[in-house]
Amino acid sequence: MKWQVGTVTDVRQETASARTIVLEVPNWPGHAAGQHVDVRLTAPDGYRASRSYSIASAWTGGTIELTVGEVPEGEVSPYLVEVLTVGDPLEIRGPVGGWFVWRPEFEGPVQLIGGGSGIVPLRAMLRSHAVATSTTPFRLLYSVRRPTSVIYVEDLKELAASDEVDVRLVYTREAPAGEPRVGRIDAEVLEQHAFRPEAGATTYVCGPTPFVETVANLLVGAGHDPARIRTERFGPTGDPQ
Amino acid sequence: MGIVSPGFAGHRRGGSDLPPGQYLTREFPVLSAGPTPHILTEHWEFTVTTEAGEQYRWDWAGLMALPAEEVTKDIHCVTRWSKLQTQWKGVSLDTLLADVETGADFAMAHSYGGYTTNLPMDDLLDGKAWITWEFDGEPLTPEHGGPARLLVPHLYFWKSAKWVRGLVLSDSQELGFWETAGYHEYGDPWKEQRYAGD
Amino acid sequence: MTEANYLDGNAAAGALSNMFAMDVTSAITRCEGCGRTAVFAESRLYVDAPGMVARCPGCDSVLLRVVTTPTDTYLDLRGMTYLRVQNS
Repeated sequence: MKWQVGTVTDVRQETASARTIVLEVPNWPGHAAGQHVDVRLTAPDGYRASRSYSIASAWTGGTIELTVGEVPEGEVSPYLVEVLTVGDPLEIRGPVGGWFVWRPEFEGPVQLIGGGSGIVPLRAMLRSHAVATSTTPFRLLYSVRRPTSVIYVEDLKELAASDEVDVRLVYTREAPAGEPRVGRIDAEVLEQHAFRPEAGATTYVCGPTPFVETVANLLVGAGHDPARIRTERFGPTGDPQ
Repeated sequence: MGIVSPGFAGHRRGGSDLPPGQYLTREFPVLSAGPTPHILTEHWEFTVTTEAGEQYRWDWAGLMALPAEEVTKDIHCVTRWSKLQTQWKGVSLDTLLADVETGADFAMAHSYGGYTTNLPMDDLLDGKAWITWEFDGEPLTPEHGGPARLLVPHLYFWKSAKWVRGLVLSDSQELGFWETAGYHEYGDPWKEQRYAGD
Repeated sequence: MTEANYLDGNAAAGALSNMFAMDVTSAITRCEGCGRTAVFAESRLYVDAPGMVARCPGCDSVLLRVVTTPTDTYLDLRGMTYLRVQNS
């Protein structure tokens, strides 16, 4: 698979440390929700650094979107979040990944469970669901530290307005007023808000490695079929490697 | 070559103290090819196997009984970070191997967890290599290779095998974990010998 | 779980895209160490350079290693008994 050069056509600040980059990529073959790309930066002396980022948008034939969270002292993300501007070129390779994907023709309800930046590929799945006007039941559990950590705030509100989509935020450190609970996703949260094992849902879990391991274990412990649980790990802190 | 990313410089590289292509870090990055082994000193053993098949063994008490020294060295990782003036405590391989009868030219370091790396014997002797168990005045943590790791600072740091458990000496060179996967068989940072063929 | 310093097979997809015509993350692998079969996407991937190492989630033995140098990609698959995909 070859590296292609895309052009930045827009940037959107999502949170204090996360930005969505909109790219026009001339020969983009299209992608499925959940796939990712490798991004490569080249310095004037030829030095290169690359990282992987999930595609945040559904494919509708135009631009593609990546959402990047800034890693303190990072090498690539500070450039993508603070330096890259509209009109700049960006080298990408992809789309890659065929396991952690959802396509509208898949059958069965879908449970999405995301921690922190793990929301990115899940949002692509939700957008893809909306674009296809799919009637598949979708539930999202999105774990964040505090209200200001939520990416895609407006988007999620819009998606939650649909009858088929249920969005539930879990706050682990600080919750908005009126929110009864502060704490991590546990067996009780799954019991209350996730599809029951009998529903036969396919579950997609994405986020920092410890988050994914914990949630996957909770799901299996609650009786969910391991074969129907798909995972994508983003490393110790959830930042792309 | 492809494009240049406008405004991208990466970590600041270069400087007179640094080998080509390296950047200075004040951190101590942890790079791992697998889960961190956790070896208790009660169970720790270090074995040297000569080309004749003879084995010499040290347990932790035996290691601690050897005359140790404190050394301050610059270290250079093939992933481009360099850390200057790092402080270690350990025993020189000259001391450790003093009574080992061997004419071997090559060695393979073996680690708990399965990692291997190869070195010429010449690069382990004459004050160039140590088995170390303290870093910066503290016991070496498991994530940095504790209880004991090999230290060979004049070569890229993948040669400084973490969780070292032994050396196998031989007359012919064999290649270790990264050397059989595209990395340079010798690894001199000053000649920028990162990859096979460099 | 003691530590979280790994990703999973999904993160190797780009590096392996030069080697495989099809998506490797959905392929089934059989571990040469313990015989466990699993989707490659679920293998534990250690990506700190010097290179990528995929390990069996059951027994931790190495399934594959991939090193990308400026000019070449090295792939070692000895840790897998097989890699299995459906015919298209």
